[in-house]
Amino acid sequence: METYTVLRAFADSWMLLVLFGFFVGVILWVIRPGSNKTHQDAANVPFRHDDKPATSEEART
Amino acid sequence: MLNYFKLIVLGLITLFAMIAASYARDLAYQVHAIIIMAVSAGLFLWTLRRTDEPVPAAVLETSYMDGVIRYGVIATAFWGVVGFLAGTFIAFQLAFPVLNFDWAQGYLNFGRLRPLHTSAVIFAFGGNALIACSFYIVQRTSAARLWGGNLAWFVFWGYNLFIVLAATGYILGGTQSKEYAEPEWYIDLWLTIVWLAYLAVFLGTIIKRKEPHIYVANWFLLSFIVTVAMLHVFNNLSIPVSIWGSKSVQVFAGVQDAMVQWWYGHNAVGFFLTAGFLGMMYYFIPKQAERPVFSYKLSIIHFWALIFLYIWAGPHHLHYTALPDWASTLGMVFSIILWMPSWGGMINGLMTLSGAWDKLRTDPVIRMMVISLGFYGMSTFEGPMMSIRAVNSLSHYTDWTIGHVHSGALGWNGMITFGALYFLVPKLWNRTRLYSLSMVSWHFWLATIGIVLYAASMWVTGIMEGLMWREVDANGFLVNSFADTVSAKFPMYIVRALGGILYVAGAVIMCYNLWMTVRRSPAKEAAASQAAVAAE
Repeated sequence: METYTVLRAFADSWMLLVLFGFFVGVILWVIRPGSNKTHQDAANVPFRHDDKPATSEEART
Repeated sequence: MLNYFKLIVLGLITLFAMIAASYARDLAYQVHAIIIMAVSAGLFLWTLRRTDEPVPAAVLETSYMDGVIRYGVIATAFWGVVGFLAGTFIAFQLAFPVLNFDWAQGYLNFGRLRPLHTSAVIFAFGGNALIACSFYIVQRTSAARLWGGNLAWFVFWGYNLFIVLAATGYILGGTQSKEYAEPEWYIDLWLTIVWLAYLAVFLGTIIKRKEPHIYVANWFLLSFIVTVAMLHVFNNLSIPVSIWGSKSVQVFAGVQDAMVQWWYGHNAVGFFLTAGFLGMMYYFIPKQAERPVFSYKLSIIHFWALIFLYIWAGPHHLHYTALPDWASTLGMVFSIILWMPSWGGMINGLMTLSGAWDKLRTDPVIRMMVISLGFYGMSTFEGPMMSIRAVNSLSHYTDWTIGHVHSGALGWNGMITFGALYFLVPKLWNRTRLYSLSMVSWHFWLATIGIVLYAASMWVTGIMEGLMWREVDANGFLVNSFADTVSAKFPMYIVRALGGILYVAGAVIMCYNLWMTVRRSPAKEAAASQAAVAAE
């Protein structure tokens, strides 16, 4: 088979499935139970270090 | 030691540029060789004077690198006014062809100035805004100083050198005739280097961040940088005819070339003008409203949905062409699905103000940011609609497209950038507030009325033009010639140009206001300003 046909068949079957599965996975991961606290914490990132970088003591990992 | 290496490289570049200037096969290439020669010779002298001098103490990691952002803010305002002026001038050229002066034929006629305008507003104004804002945002949300030391300065100056080379190239005829990707091969190579340095600075800062999370704005900005790198490389795969000339030949041909071009072109809209600016939106709107984004979950879904869908939308630029039907249907379907993440993001931004809507009355800066979201929603509704094949058969090649692009560019990109500049200047120059809020209001109304005039006149002329082109008489003959549509458009062209004047006027007021903010506004208390001086 020509390369085009092979790639085409792959693209609209397995690759489509992988991309769609990844996307659905992201949504499920985002709305997973117990994620609220993490997201609230992340949403407040812009309000923390306005003037200078965090020192290594206050770095939160 | 590094300086010796730099001197060798700069010397070789200068020498090569000298040879190139004398062997040059066309004017654009020759002028560029001279510019590169002057820049690298200047850098050579500058480096030479600093070689074997005592090295200044290493900068501590206790402050943000804001100097380069200040330069970026100035460059954004400057290129903005230049780009808006060029746009207004070519709008008048369309209304009054006599403005294509005889003495400047081949240099300042519409065909040469049009890419100058588009590149000046998208890449010079928008690009500098994106670079400056992304440097600001990534430091604050990572709680870390920019990675790579002076590499950020290389990115800023390198990018602006790219703009100068591109702009002079257009005037002198150095173009590869790809819309929004006009610069020729050597300029493309230079931009690739600069862009990879940009990626390194941005990614390096994220990697050494002190926050556990990568804030959502950084996701958008990173996707913008990565995708633009990919798009730029693939769309500019070309082979120079000669190393001493600007002309190059694309490696793709025919419909493949067209598809790659619009895959690039639409994702330049999707990732440069949308994802990048959404990154600004997700930082500056919460900051200015002083409350976190409405839904962080929605913002993550917004991000993934947007980047998964946008990349497929390009073929809608090629309806009814040699492109296979399945490809143009694919482009159309994905464009329509895109409506959802676009509006999801708009709602997320707008709802950030819930409980603080009163700020709209008192704070013209947030008003600017909110109207930019309004225009974002409007143009992302209009775009999918125009991508439907039946609608496109009416709208394509008409001024409706131009109107659509401008409601997005002037409304969404322009307004959010103005909002960001009004936010950044007092912060970066340590001022307590802007010089004048009423000037911001003036800017807001001038720009808004300008956009409304622009968009409305382009809707009227676009739909009129589309209907005139397809009008046939009882025997099936076309009723109107092309020139008939041109003369019918004249009044709308005047209105459009007036809208442009209002928009430029607003931007000039902004420049004055920002200038006076730096000169006159009270500085923050001494402790803060001393910290800032030490930071430099």
